[in-house]
Amino acid sequence: MSWVLALPLVIPFLTAVLAFLTRQSPLGRWISVVGSAVLLAASIVLMNVVLRDGVIAGQMGGWSAPFGITLVADLLSAVMVVITAIVALAVSIYAIADVDEGMERLGYHALFNMLIAGVVGAFITGDLFNLYVWFEVMLIASFGLLVLGGRPEQIDGGVKYVALNLVSTIMFLTGIGLLYGMTGTLNMADLASAVDNADQRILTLVAVLFMIAFGVKAAVFPLFFWLPASYHTPAFAVSAVFAGLLTKVGVYALLRIFTLIFDHDTAFTHTILLWVAGLTMVVGVLGAAAQSDMRKILSFHIVSQIGYMIMGLALLTPLAIVGAVFYLVHHIVVKANLFLIAGVAQRIAGGTKLSRIGGLYKSAPLLAVLFVVPAFSLAGFPPLSGFWAKFLLVKAALDMQGWIIAGIALVVGLLTIYSMTKIWAQAFWEPHPDGIEPKLSNLSSRNRAAMLVPISGLAALTVIIGVLPEPFVRFAEASAAQLLDPTPYIEAVLGVQP
Amino acid sequence: MEVLFAITIGVLVAASVYLMLSNHLLRFIFGLVLISNAANLTIFVAGRLTDGAPPLIPEGADAPLGDVANALPQALVLTAIVIGFGLFAFAIVLVFRAWTTLNSLTPDDMRLAEPKEAQK
Repeated sequence: MSWVLALPLVIPFLTAVLAFLTRQSPLGRWISVVGSAVLLAASIVLMNVVLRDGVIAGQMGGWSAPFGITLVADLLSAVMVVITAIVALAVSIYAIADVDEGMERLGYHALFNMLIAGVVGAFITGDLFNLYVWFEVMLIASFGLLVLGGRPEQIDGGVKYVALNLVSTIMFLTGIGLLYGMTGTLNMADLASAVDNADQRILTLVAVLFMIAFGVKAAVFPLFFWLPASYHTPAFAVSAVFAGLLTKVGVYALLRIFTLIFDHDTAFTHTILLWVAGLTMVVGVLGAAAQSDMRKILSFHIVSQIGYMIMGLALLTPLAIVGAVFYLVHHIVVKANLFLIAGVAQRIAGGTKLSRIGGLYKSAPLLAVLFVVPAFSLAGFPPLSGFWAKFLLVKAALDMQGWIIAGIALVVGLLTIYSMTKIWAQAFWEPHPDGIEPKLSNLSSRNRAAMLVPISGLAALTVIIGVLPEPFVRFAEASAAQLLDPTPYIEAVLGVQP
Repeated sequence: MEVLFAITIGVLVAASVYLMLSNHLLRFIFGLVLISNAANLTIFVAGRLTDGAPPLIPEGADAPLGDVANALPQALVLTAIVIGFGLFAFAIVLVFRAWTTLNSLTPDDMRLAEPKEAQK
């Protein structure tokens, strides 16, 4: 069974090696596309196996848990791997048009696939130290991607990104050390019961260390400042994959750790998370309202949206977790797509600064339609995917009489519309200040296809999730049930305990 | 022995926090190196300390006799040191690039990616 689990890891690594070897030729970009497509196939196989057999686990090297390194996939891990593969495929197609040969020669495709390997690894590992290693794989690849090209803005953003992420890594490592000292194990399934015998007060302290470490990765208030400082500087393909996947790995880690291991003192830890969620939503959306650059607005919206997912985790009712899982999946698709669209706007209108561009609605109506879908989905318009995600979370909050957090969620949704209409009015409706017509036909036909195919695909996915939410909600319900009752997870890893 | 290590880790963390807050990128990197070593020592101590008992299994036995050093934290620390080395090598080169392209190592002056709003 373990090959099903190992394949989504092996494929991007192999692709990265092949892409590195062919970095001098245009072959590299095709290797990247094919590798992502194969990864998508492998992840769908994994998803099918998980749907059929429940949680599956594989012990690497034949060392049985909790001594060896375990790979484990439950529904949440499986869906995250699938969505990672979808984004990887979309971005690697987009990169054909967006990434120039200079960056390819520097090894863009190898770094990109290494990043995907790190993300997938983080989703399917069942061992805390292994999770740290995957975080590092992801981090070092993202460092490379962020500064590739070496423009001064990239170096400036990169310094802040690197510095804060390294601090968070060290927090994570310290937390691992303390947890190991208290329990003598690092296997996540084993930890779920091992923490019961530990000193509960020190355990809470360790929980907060993990919360800060993953909080930096997930870009929650007040730890998010690296994100808007850096996400608007690299190539658009890079910032799309960062926006889609990287912070969500932090959210996934929080979801996993704070349902499986640190559920001993929810009155303390999850209350902090609820405050963090509310403040993240508000600060993110206000930050976005103050910006006037398309990518900066979208960067702040990542922060604001992370708040919704953390809110689901903090409420910790079945419905809230359903909402958080649904939100996680919907958000990755939508956010990556918006950054890709910003890339097209930059290409044909000559920038992402809202005051410098315009006229996209008249000259490029197709792009306008493709923008409206993810933008309104982000804001939570029915019948798009974001509406259901927000609906589930707000309903969960109201069920618990959480009037304030529900109110915040709704108001932030309104303010999101404000930001999206700002982009719409200035970039799409108003005429271009220089009087040029930003037509899609200005792009070469190859670039046009490479940019619009992934954008249309992701937009179609948003509409499908929105119009037919039932199977997705059902899936989120099943995966939330697994998160809240981790017995199948623990049994899959450790075997059935007498 | 644990007390000694605890004090060492405390001093390392204090020094690194001081360095990291001193508004200079190079000092920040030095602070990071120190605090990562403090984290490594934490893992090392968390595996419990033993004196002069290498984790060796005598010939003919299936398990080590008596209490021996815990080999797992050493493996973890080794991994963390290797990863840390790579990250710091990158970070130092990045700071050097920042120095040559931005002509400053004071974070407050580095406003290229986030320029100040024009004075009204």
